[in-house]
Amino acid sequence: MKYEVRRRLWAALLILGFFVVWELLCIMLNVSDLVLPRPSQALTTLVLRFDVLWPHILQTLMTTMVGFALGVVVGVVIGASIGVSKTAYDTAYPLLIGFSSIPKVAVVPILVLWFGVGTVPAILTALAMCFFPIVVNIATGLATTEPDLEDVLKVLGANKFDILWNVGLPRTMPFFFASLKIAVTFAFVGTVLAETVASNRGIGNVMMKASSNFDVPLLFAGLFILSGLGVALYVVFSLIEKRVAGWATTRRDDATIM
Amino acid sequence: MIDQQVPMPAEPIVSDRHRPPAVELSRASVTFGRDDKRLLALSSTDLRIEEGEFVALVGPSGCGKSTILKLTSGLLGPSSGVVLVGGREVGAKMMRIGMAFQNPTMLPWLTIERNVMLPLKIVEPYRSAFRQKCKGEYRDRVHELLAEVGLSRFAGHYPWQLSGGMLQRANLCRALIHEPQLLLLDEPFGALDQFTREELWGALQSLWMKLRPTVLLVTHDLKEAGFLASRICVMSARPGRIINDSPIDFPRPRTVPMTFEPQFVELNQRLRAMIEEARTDADKEGEEL
Repeated sequence: MKYEVRRRLWAALLILGFFVVWELLCIMLNVSDLVLPRPSQALTTLVLRFDVLWPHILQTLMTTMVGFALGVVVGVVIGASIGVSKTAYDTAYPLLIGFSSIPKVAVVPILVLWFGVGTVPAILTALAMCFFPIVVNIATGLATTEPDLEDVLKVLGANKFDILWNVGLPRTMPFFFASLKIAVTFAFVGTVLAETVASNRGIGNVMMKASSNFDVPLLFAGLFILSGLGVALYVVFSLIEKRVAGWATTRRDDATIM
Repeated sequence: MIDQQVPMPAEPIVSDRHRPPAVELSRASVTFGRDDKRLLALSSTDLRIEEGEFVALVGPSGCGKSTILKLTSGLLGPSSGVVLVGGREVGAKMMRIGMAFQNPTMLPWLTIERNVMLPLKIVEPYRSAFRQKCKGEYRDRVHELLAEVGLSRFAGHYPWQLSGGMLQRANLCRALIHEPQLLLLDEPFGALDQFTREELWGALQSLWMKLRPTVLLVTHDLKEAGFLASRICVMSARPGRIINDSPIDFPRPRTVPMTFEPQFVELNQRLRAMIEEARTDADKEGEEL
C-alpha cells in the first residue's frame, strides 16, 4: 500500500514538474506565445472560453462514444466468429491485417465523398480505428482457451454454445476489457482526426480554426482538453476492466476479492 | 478372491441381465500421432463394467489408464474397436457422467460454489430448472456437498485462493453434484495428504453405497484401489492392456484399520508384484513401435 501511494505521488510530481519546467523555460528564454504559449496561458484560455468550448467537447465525446460502441459491436462479432475456428482465424487474418494497416486519415476523404462533411465520417473513422484491437483480442482469447477447461464441459455433454458461453467468453473477458482501453483511445484519435480534416464541429475543428487564426493559446487549450479526455476515457475503461475481469489480475495483488 | 484372466467378464454385482453393461470396451485401441511418430497408447483392450460396479484401474505410469477414462468419457475416440457407454456408442447424449480430472481444472472466474454448481447448469434434468433453483435448492445442495469434504467456509472463494488439496476436494464435489450414473475419477486424490485422502475415501465410499453409481477410478495408490473398489483391473506397461482382473470382496463399509489386515496387505502385495512385473517386461522389450 505504501508503495502504491509513493508511486502515485511520483507520477503526479512528474506531471507537475513537466509543466513547471515548461512554464519556466518559456519565461527564461522569452518564447513568444505565438510559438509556444506557457501552460498557464493555455489554461487561462481554457477557463475563460470554456462556454464556447463546451459544446465542442460534447460533440467530440459523443462522436467518440458512438464510433466506439459501433466498433465494439463490429469487433466482438468479427472476433468471436473468427476466434471459434482455427480455419476462420487463419483465413480472415491477412485481410484484417491489410485493412488495419491502412492509415485511417487516408480513408476520411472517401468517407466525406460518401457521407458529406460532418459527424458521420467522424463516427466511421472512430469505428475503423478502434475495432481492430477488439477483434484481435477476442479472437486470441477464444483461440487460446485451455482445452482442459473445455473438457470439463464436454464430459458433461455440453454443446458448442454451452462451451462458448461458459468457458470461451468468460475466459476472453480479460482480453476484451484490456482491448477496450486501447480501443477507446483509438476511437478518440479517429474522431479528432476526422474532425480536423472534415467537420465544422468538435475539438479537432476548433484546433484547426485556432491554428489558422494564429490563436496559439487556444490551440494548446484544445490539446489539453484532448489529453484530459483521452486519459479520462482510459481510466473509465480500466476501472470497468478491474471490476468485470478482476479474477485475471487479483491473483497478483493477493488480497481483496472483487 | 478369485483371479480371472481377461477377456472373461467379471460377474455383475447388480445383476440385471437385460440391461447393457454401463461401460463396454471391445478391442479398443488408441494411437497417437502419425507415421513415424505413431505411439500405441492402448492396444486392443476389452473391458466390461456392469452398472453399479466400482472398478479401479491400476498399472505403471504411462500405461494408458487415463486413455481408457478419456475413451469412456467421450473426450477421445478409439482408433479402432468399439466403446459403448450404457449400450450406446460414446458421444451421443448417453448417461449422466461425472468426471474428476487429474488437475482440478476449476474455472478461475467462478467461485468454488459456482464451479461446483456448473454441472447442474449443463446437465439435464437439472438444466431446465437452473434459473429458478440456482439461488435456492441447488445452492443448498452444493453447500451440503462442500460441507462433506470440509470446504463449507470456502464456497465464496475463488480457485486461486485455495490450496491444491482443497481444489481437489472441490473437483470431487463437481464430479458428484449432479448424481452421475457413471463416475470417472482420474487420480482425484493425488495431491492430498494421507489423512485427507483417507477421509475422502470414506466420503466417496459412503456416497457410492448410497447412490450406487458406476465408478471407474484410475489410481497409482494400490491401497486406495483396495479400499474403494469392488474390482481391480491391472494394466500392463505401454501399449496398455488389462492383464489381470480381480473382484475385491472385503465387506463394506471398509475402514482404514482394515487396510492393515493380512488379507488386505496380501492383496496389495499381489498387485504390486503384477505391476512390478509389467514394468520390467516393458523394459526388456524396449520401446515398441
